[in-house]
Amino acid sequence: MLGCTRHRCEKTHNIMKPAPFTYHDPSSLSDAVDLLARLDNARVLAGGQSLMPMINFRYAMPDHLIDLNNVSELAYLDCEGDVLRVGAMTRQRDLEFSAEVRSRCPVMTEALGHVGHRQTRNRGTLGGSLCHFDPSAELVNVTALLGGMLHAESKRGRRDIPMADFGAGYLTTDLSPDELLVGLTLPLPATGDGHAFVEFARRRGDFAIVACSALIGLDGDGNIGNAAIALSGLAHAPVRPASIERGLMGEKPAHAAFKAAAAEAGELDATEDAYTNAAYRRHLARVLTYRALERAAARALEKLNG
Amino acid sequence: MADSMADTRRIIVTVNGRTYARDVETRMTLVDFLRHDLDLTGTHVGCEHGVCGACTVLLDGRSARACLMLAVQCSGREVTTVEGLAVDEKLNSLQQAFQDNHGLQCGFCTPGMLMTLSEFLRDHPDPSESEVREVLSGNLCRCTGYQAIVAAALDAARRIREGA
Repeated sequence: MLGCTRHRCEKTHNIMKPAPFTYHDPSSLSDAVDLLARLDNARVLAGGQSLMPMINFRYAMPDHLIDLNNVSELAYLDCEGDVLRVGAMTRQRDLEFSAEVRSRCPVMTEALGHVGHRQTRNRGTLGGSLCHFDPSAELVNVTALLGGMLHAESKRGRRDIPMADFGAGYLTTDLSPDELLVGLTLPLPATGDGHAFVEFARRRGDFAIVACSALIGLDGDGNIGNAAIALSGLAHAPVRPASIERGLMGEKPAHAAFKAAAAEAGELDATEDAYTNAAYRRHLARVLTYRALERAAARALEKLNG
Repeated sequence: MADSMADTRRIIVTVNGRTYARDVETRMTLVDFLRHDLDLTGTHVGCEHGVCGACTVLLDGRSARACLMLAVQCSGREVTTVEGLAVDEKLNSLQQAFQDNHGLQCGFCTPGMLMTLSEFLRDHPDPSESEVREVLSGNLCRCTGYQAIVAAALDAARRIREGA
């Protein structure tokens, strides 16, 4: 029996899914940046939950794979004052289960519940998700909602990139081939803000067709004092609809204001693909904006009445 | 690429408590390493892109997709596969609960289901049905409609709590 299995193995041994590459596993950021500057057609491997499928299917055929999993200096999570600093190699799981993130940035925790599944969040990283830059990725959405600042490093030095400038196109970021995303600084929402993250996907854990996150803060009179909305799935990068956010200011946090905002979200430009047309994406944008605002406002009210 | 040019490394990895030293091509995925190099064919290969969950194993006690990792990344680490669940050739409580509740039909997804639930029930010994359904959303089954799997998971949780 064993011998038989062995024989079969030898025959199939050369059947590898990934195309050949040279594997590098630097243990420091400076070594990683060095390799990235020096090697042609190199890809950076973080948690592997997006790149490994592409490599298995040979959509991606790098000559060199630079594995960051031993670069421990890139895995950290600090809540300090009113910002959250997260290393690019911080696992989604560690963000999801962080008590600090849950209390100071609950919209992140709520979003993480939609990121793949437990088994993929155990490996998947914040930086990997940001760099893969899927149009409906939850962590990209939350970074846009909070107006995060991304930190990149190369042999040429360090560069800070505001989230609004990070997207360069479909699945494409502003990073140069020799640049590595090393971390993210997220301004934390005000403690009184209510939050919500909602999305619609065909199956649990799939990428959303459209996702919407929102933050609502109430002023002393109980009216909306600040509002932020981020919509994913309409374009290659999340949309922050400034006119909708402005329109909510000073309004009562109730049906009429949410309905008007949702109607405007349903008029935004939307892309289409073979599976989902633009009209349906706009429909989802309208419905999800309403739900996100309603939930965020209810939570803000709860905090106000403490 | 000729074999002589292949990028290979020596890895030392502990699987189900036994330590193996092997030379592997760096592009070999963990699931192929388990199946082809170690003959541990209990871990199944389904979609090979991290969606179906059939290849789920525990890496240092945390569930992970073995198709989305390279064997070389597991050097110095501890992997648990479905072969590591039974104690002295006797099904453990989770496996027994699957058998008793008809939690499998064709059995293809079962190794992944068991590994996902091994981690989950260890960390959440008294889960609700919706929590079980949530964690199993990362494992696809095309036979059962999940009812019997969820029943088996809840039954297993009860047995483990009662020390069975």
